[in-house]
Amino acid sequence: MNPAFSVIFLTTLIGVGQGLFLALYTGESYAIVNVLPSQSQDFYVWGSVISVAFLIVGLVASIFHLGHPERAWRSAAMWRTSWLSREVIVLPTVIGAITVYGLVHYMGWDLTTFGIKTGVDGDLTLILGLGGVLVTFLLYLCTGMIYACIKFLQEWATPLTVINYTLLGGASGFTFAAVFSAYMAPSLVNFYAGWAIIITLSALVTRVASLMRNAKIRHKSSLKTAIGVRDDRIKQTAMGFMGGSFNTREYFHGMSILFMKSIKWIFLVLVFLVPVILLSFAISQGSTNLLIAAFVSQYIGLIAERWFFFAQANHPQNLYYQTVG
Amino acid sequence: MTQLALVIDLNVCVGCHACVTSCKEWNTSGPAGFMSDDNPYDADPTGTFFNRVQTYEVGEYPKTETVHFPKSCLHCEDPPCVPVCPTGASYKREEDGIVLVDYDKCIGCKYCSWACPYGAREIDEHQKVMKKCTLCVDRIYDETLPEAERKPACVLACPTSARLFGDVHDPDSVVSMAIKEEAGFQLMPEWGTKPSNHYLPRRKMKIRIHEDELVRADNPLKKEGERPKVEDDGHTLDDVTSW
Repeated sequence: MNPAFSVIFLTTLIGVGQGLFLALYTGESYAIVNVLPSQSQDFYVWGSVISVAFLIVGLVASIFHLGHPERAWRSAAMWRTSWLSREVIVLPTVIGAITVYGLVHYMGWDLTTFGIKTGVDGDLTLILGLGGVLVTFLLYLCTGMIYACIKFLQEWATPLTVINYTLLGGASGFTFAAVFSAYMAPSLVNFYAGWAIIITLSALVTRVASLMRNAKIRHKSSLKTAIGVRDDRIKQTAMGFMGGSFNTREYFHGMSILFMKSIKWIFLVLVFLVPVILLSFAISQGSTNLLIAAFVSQYIGLIAERWFFFAQANHPQNLYYQTVG
Repeated sequence: MTQLALVIDLNVCVGCHACVTSCKEWNTSGPAGFMSDDNPYDADPTGTFFNRVQTYEVGEYPKTETVHFPKSCLHCEDPPCVPVCPTGASYKREEDGIVLVDYDKCIGCKYCSWACPYGAREIDEHQKVMKKCTLCVDRIYDETLPEAERKPACVLACPTSARLFGDVHDPDSVVSMAIKEEAGFQLMPEWGTKPSNHYLPRRKMKIRIHEDELVRADNPLKKEGERPKVEDDGHTLDDVTSW
């Protein structure tokens, strides 16, 4: 496929936003059982604001992918069959849930505000946040399934697609949370940086697994099945036109094999190797700059990773467009 | 249940592109609006087409064969492009099985084009909606046309009648008979899309002549030549037309 930058930014930005919210909620739930020091409401409020900002910027980026953005509201209609439609519903739900979570923190509300005494500080945000966590994971599922459900795009049609979207989003979100906590809650830096390393390494395992799977993939379609002629020696002499068309632009990235191979190594280094090293140093040295560098490296790497993810998918329609003429 | 479809005979198609141009002519002039082109007479031309004819070479020289292969939307019985559409703009008609796009609902997200293994859908770069073959839905039901002309433009244009049009669910229709008798097949059956359009394979036209057909069995003297004229009062039906 030919990667669209609108979709690359959509998927990577909402991934960070979702991961950041998961990090906030993890920190809050740890604090309630006194494993971590509890934080001021400001920490959660600003964390929610930044998380929502990531999601909204991602949503705006996605609009550039549409031919008729003014009709985008229609895309909530077919949620029974379409994962894209489900994402269109779940994404605003996640934004809403995180907004409510941040707002309740801002107001400092508790269940005692409504006359229910549980004896736990922050019980209301804990319950609301749990709902937010569920829809956040649901959004990762929807985003991943948009690609994984197309069975003839064999590079995508695997549960690893959903797992990678979840883990890569989570990793970048926790890395960002480490940066954020360096300013707002220094006592949490090591906690977030540590989890960021763990999630990044888990994502490394699943992403490499998908790379290995795709390296030896056997495509079911061939020219034989495409035109229904039982002969192995088929070559196209004309695709029916001399100029370009949607079919020649949309489904192939147009880059060299060398470029594809380099992008793969570039993202493996930028998404996994560099952030893990920088985060480890940041933990031992307490340096905010290293944390920032880790996030920047990981995010740029994720753009390359997403580009590669799209470019690697081999659409069977390309079989029909191999020879200009 | 009716399922309208095309049956394309690869044995007959000569690759003249008349179906391509007639399709473009009819559908760019239709009520659904033009099919936009950019730089049609310039460098790097591009445009919207519902139908293309491609050419393949099969085999190895000197035993090669040229296959002309027209390709348009196959109006699948289980179209993967329909369930993925988030707005419901992409739909399959209950009454005749034609897969259509509602241009007023389409948001131009291109997801359906990703979900079609045949590359049958393309975005119109100016109207920003997905377009595809409609089986000339604005023509085949038009009662102001003579009945013989209520067929897709490509079918009417084909000079060799390589394209048949009809209901593939009706076992007695021309298309069903052609599929049954001429070994009609579907494209990329591996994805379970069940395309309604079928193709008829290349097949060699041969006559078999046996040895005994080369010698006249009723010529006991084995002498070839003009037969003696039958006498006027002769009574025989044998080879009465031989002179």
